[in-house]
Amino acid sequence: MIREFGLIDVMYLIAAARWTLALTATAFIGASLIGIVIAIARILPLAPVRWVAAAYIHIVQGTPLLVWLFVIFFGLPLAGISVNPWIAAATAFSVYGSAFLGEIWRGALVSIAKTQWEAGASLGLSLGEQLRHVIVPQSIRVAIPPTVGFLVQLIKNTSLAAVIGFVELTREGQLTAAGTYKPFAVYITVAAIYFAMCFPLSQWSRSIERKLDVAR
Amino acid sequence: MSLVEIQGINKSYGSVQVLKDVSLDVAKGEVVAVIGRSGSGKSTMLRCINGLEPIQAGVIRVDGTQVNDPATNLRKLRQEVGIVFQSFNLFPHLSVCDNITLAPRVVKKQAPQAAREVAREVLARVGLEDKLDAYPSQLSGGQQQRVAIARSLAMRPKLMLFDEVTSALDPELTGEVLKVLESVAKEGMTMILVTHEMGFARRFGSRVVFMHEGRIHEQGPAAAVLAEPKTPELQTFLSAVLH
Repeated sequence: MIREFGLIDVMYLIAAARWTLALTATAFIGASLIGIVIAIARILPLAPVRWVAAAYIHIVQGTPLLVWLFVIFFGLPLAGISVNPWIAAATAFSVYGSAFLGEIWRGALVSIAKTQWEAGASLGLSLGEQLRHVIVPQSIRVAIPPTVGFLVQLIKNTSLAAVIGFVELTREGQLTAAGTYKPFAVYITVAAIYFAMCFPLSQWSRSIERKLDVAR
Repeated sequence: MSLVEIQGINKSYGSVQVLKDVSLDVAKGEVVAVIGRSGSGKSTMLRCINGLEPIQAGVIRVDGTQVNDPATNLRKLRQEVGIVFQSFNLFPHLSVCDNITLAPRVVKKQAPQAAREVAREVLARVGLEDKLDAYPSQLSGGQQQRVAIARSLAMRPKLMLFDEVTSALDPELTGEVLKVLESVAKEGMTMILVTHEMGFARRFGSRVVFMHEGRIHEQGPAAAVLAEPKTPELQTFLSAVLH
């Protein structure tokens, strides 16, 4: 039975967008936790640690996110680990995001002059104290605009989770389009909802960037 | 016993040897001015003394502690050895007070209030007690360098190293920094200064060390060495910088 595409469907789409945001937030937190470790591992004066972190980034960035979703969702159950779509998506997006945030934050950390490390070291600060009190506070300013920019990418990329049956905005759109047979109207609405989430963020990112430029 | 003992150190960057068998003893309370052309190894030698640069051969001891021993706790050593850099290297995100109190609070575990009192006191010594809550970007170059000196003094070091601390400053700002150096010297601080300020070296240096091509080429009492250089290299250098 084909029904009309009405206001109630729009409400359902908006409700599904909450899952898009929930997945984005979870993935962002997971990616941040792993990313900060990767970023610091990449600048430590210990070559093997740097190599492991670099290998992690190369592997994750050199493989499609979609493949990671499939590996985790379809592959892990074969190894006896059952995963639901939510866990699979949160894990895949955290891993994917950590490689990018790790690189963004590494760049921010190395953008701070070597003389700042030296000034800290010659006052008797340990490596960890130099990072915590001298380097990280300064690099946060550098890191905010690209981090927010990446967050926008993450929101959009969560649409891939639709392929493993995770009902977020895009998946809800597919279901609605199938039920109403109005794909054009449905997907335009879906696009508009994504835009409403991403646009304020990119504007915010640009305004921060402008503010930091003035401060320099 | 000497406060600083440097014995036969060698240092290379790749195939370029920048320090060749350098030996130098500095007694407590001495003010040693290290002069020489750019690239003669002066700054490198200074940076080796607090372990910022590793050396390939020889021994450096500060107050009996061997700097170039992997077992040495460099953190502990650096609390006793202050260094002030040409480019100030203040922490731009911290106020003057936080710049000065960071290491006392974090490394020496001083209470914030006590550390702030120390900051007040060392700022008074460099004549900037009214800048306690300013940020580095609000200060002139000369003021920033004086804060950097105060930051080192707050750690109560036994030895202070100065790496061309006036070279990045306009001539009219050089004077205020030299005045601070002068008062630190008069308080009896042991100081090693890499400098191009020959006037300062003559008046306040107990000794002048002339470095040339990675070696200590000539040294002796400041006034005598500067007035009557013995080697032709120092004569050439002095006539170039003084005229």
